[in-house]
Amino acid sequence: MTASPSTSAPIIAVKNLTKSFGEIKAVKNISFDVRTGEIFGFLGPNGAGKTTTIKMLTTLLRPTSGEIRLNGFDPAKDQASVRQSFGIVFQDPSLDDELTAWENLELHGVLYGVPKKLRRERMQELLEIVSLSDRKDDLVKHFSGGMKRRLEIARGLLHHPKILFLDEPTIGLDPQTRNHLWNYVTDLNKKENITVFLTTHYMEEADRVASRIAVIDHGVIVAMGSAQDLKTKTQTANLEDAFLKLTGSSIREEDASPIDSLRAHSRMWRKR
Amino acid sequence: MSTIYILWLRQIKRYLRSRSRIIGSLGQPLLFLFALGFGLGPIYAKAGGGNYITFLAPGVIAMSVLFTSIFSGIEIIWDRQFGFLKETLVAPVPRLAVMIGRTIGGATVALIQGIIVFCITFLAGFHPESWSMVPVAILIMFLIAILFTAIGTAIASVLEDFQGFQLIMNFLVMPLFFLSGALFPLEGLPKAIEIITKLDPLSYGVDALRFSLIGASHFGIGLDITVLGLMTMFFLWLGSTLFARIQV
Repeated sequence: MTASPSTSAPIIAVKNLTKSFGEIKAVKNISFDVRTGEIFGFLGPNGAGKTTTIKMLTTLLRPTSGEIRLNGFDPAKDQASVRQSFGIVFQDPSLDDELTAWENLELHGVLYGVPKKLRRERMQELLEIVSLSDRKDDLVKHFSGGMKRRLEIARGLLHHPKILFLDEPTIGLDPQTRNHLWNYVTDLNKKENITVFLTTHYMEEADRVASRIAVIDHGVIVAMGSAQDLKTKTQTANLEDAFLKLTGSSIREEDASPIDSLRAHSRMWRKR
Repeated sequence: MSTIYILWLRQIKRYLRSRSRIIGSLGQPLLFLFALGFGLGPIYAKAGGGNYITFLAPGVIAMSVLFTSIFSGIEIIWDRQFGFLKETLVAPVPRLAVMIGRTIGGATVALIQGIIVFCITFLAGFHPESWSMVPVAILIMFLIAILFTAIGTAIASVLEDFQGFQLIMNFLVMPLFFLSGALFPLEGLPKAIEIITKLDPLSYGVDALRFSLIGASHFGIGLDITVLGLMTMFFLWLGSTLFARIQV
């Protein structure tokens, strides 16, 4: 599958990308382009290779083979320029629990070299947007899952990235917060022309916000196009059915990494 | 520079906020100081060694610095687990700066812990031979702290989780401590033990601390500082190389 011809230069260009972990090929020779200013949905069942792909795009993993250009830079070589270009909200939490919300943002702003005055202004503004202003001096460990999520999103936007990666950002959020979040993201996309690369398991979200969708399964892109294209192609009425038709209905097993089991373990301890 | 500072500040804040950790990690050195100090003191004196508390105090200070700094380095595993590590790894700053900031932060925490234990040794009747040498002792503590934080960082960079933690405790940290001459004089040891103590970098740290606090030294302060300095440079290099290679 190739992307439909684009008029503007792609801000993300991926060519024949492969990632193997030993014998297992997590991502197999995929190619796609994301155009500047679009909201690109990257969908697939558990273990399909979504997060692996995002990790390669964001310099956290080195590809086994293939080419990536992100904002014109190669994540394998020009890491600093690539890292300056994007913001990311990870699938799992990445805040420092022992710091306050404000300190987490401050740390991020300093790491991304946002000048102090601008940084403080944006921190105020973003905390306002995610409704955490009155909790800004509380330690993150006292926050609920939803509050942490919102703080992470605020943090991902602090340095006004060109590309925003959202890896299942709405997991565990109530419908109100989800709605609020997507409104904010689409708004930002329109106003600041920020390119959004998102993954989600909620098909109605992808249907609503993504201008173009790629479906990945077993490390291979099985379909790409607008939500309407996918529905037409599979002769289905909604994206969920289209998705199931494209990827089959068997349940996927995802092996727990050592980190996952450790995390589950620590949760068990903290719950006591 | 600002990267190093903000990551240093983070370590300090985390430390000051965990009172239970501060107090908890004082337990072990205190036990060694009081139980061994007063328990073995009479025998040590009878054997002609002099005051055992005086001999032991620098060793116990070195012990608290060792433990705190190794754990500060190993905290990277913790950060990996809670995800915060990713936040620093995708930031557009050199990984070397991230590693240095963390290391200095961890070492500062270990230094504070060492100074607290130093003050507590007064309760056991210890007093430094010369107060003017105390700043030197503090510098040596900091050097030991940097060295072992870097070692902790290097280890944590290649470990995925806490599975190997017990292994590190029993086969690295404990031997480093027990075979360093912190508890017993290095004179007249069996050949095998003597060789091992000479290979243990903490031996030189303990020896340098003894030199600065009680005016006695086994290896000579020149050799102590040279070994500590070279080891520190080596492990800073190793730690930053391994840290730069982390993939999550």
